[in-house]
Amino acid sequence: MSFLAFFEQLAESSWSVALHESEIAYSLIESFHVWSLCLFFGMTVMFDLRLLGWTMRGVPVSEVIRRLQPWTIAGFVLMVISGTLLFYAIPLRSYQNIFFRTKMLMLLLAGLNVFIFHSRVFPSVAKWDADAIPPRAARVAGALSLVLWVGIVFSGRMIAYNWFDCDRQPQPAIINFLTSCVPTE
Amino acid sequence: MDLDLLPFFQWCYQTPIGEGIRNSTWLFPVIEAFHLLGLGLTAGSVLLVDLRLLGVGLSKQPVAQIWAGARPWLLGGVTLMFSSGIPLFLSESIKCYYSFAFWIKMTSLFLVLLFTFTVLRHVTQTGLTSNRPLLGRFTAFTSLVLWFGVAWGGRWIGFS
Repeated sequence: MSFLAFFEQLAESSWSVALHESEIAYSLIESFHVWSLCLFFGMTVMFDLRLLGWTMRGVPVSEVIRRLQPWTIAGFVLMVISGTLLFYAIPLRSYQNIFFRTKMLMLLLAGLNVFIFHSRVFPSVAKWDADAIPPRAARVAGALSLVLWVGIVFSGRMIAYNWFDCDRQPQPAIINFLTSCVPTE
Repeated sequence: MDLDLLPFFQWCYQTPIGEGIRNSTWLFPVIEAFHLLGLGLTAGSVLLVDLRLLGVGLSKQPVAQIWAGARPWLLGGVTLMFSSGIPLFLSESIKCYYSFAFWIKMTSLFLVLLFTFTVLRHVTQTGLTSNRPLLGRFTAFTSLVLWFGVAWGGRWIGFS
């Protein structure tokens, strides 16, 4: 089964329709997504700024990770749960939404950045833990994370305002290609 | 005495900025995205201080040091929120006037800024909480509740 067919089917499931049509539930989940964003994005930004040497220069990097990471992880889990529900309420249109696709791509890249940081950069932290300005590799990881998360929040907000919706034709061929949209007429 | 603010809100609505945003399809969403980024930055710097005061954040460093590190980013976040929030408001000020969520948000915002730059600043800068953990918890709790009111009201304006 193709992704398209799968999400088409999902969009017709009764739970998805119910969530989509329930104004209160949908609004609450969306608000919850924003509050978890405050927790997750806020903590991530402060940590990235520490990696760049732009804040808390007197606090060892490992200490910032140790004390703030539980909050960051909690925020991330809440974001994924609420985000999945939001997607579940509007599966097909989200799947064909260019901003949603951009967001997912950047999420993957942000995850890759975290993986590289923890496997390649962080193991040597003992050597630069107390440095006011961490070494280049750590600063690059911090800057990449900052740029990607700003992009993710930005495209996330745009999902709701999709100007390139599949139902709004005509669209340029490149847009329909990028969104797997096949106009009916 | 009855203070009628409606004429002021109507005046805001017809300003060139408000009208320009209403006439554009992409200006409102883009400004709103900046507003959201400002919210995230504000939340991060606020949480850094509040979690420390609650004893569940960076606990080894003095509160004053955490406040000093967070303060410029808090000011940056609040500046970003104001400079994006005012144009958003101008574009839909009449709707805001009749929105319950908007008034909750403005009241909380006024209180939290007042609280942050008087009580919270004083408590953190003078290290008053170092042997008074209850005072620290009370300060952090108040700040979090008020900021929550701002964030909740803000998101709910869009649903009303």
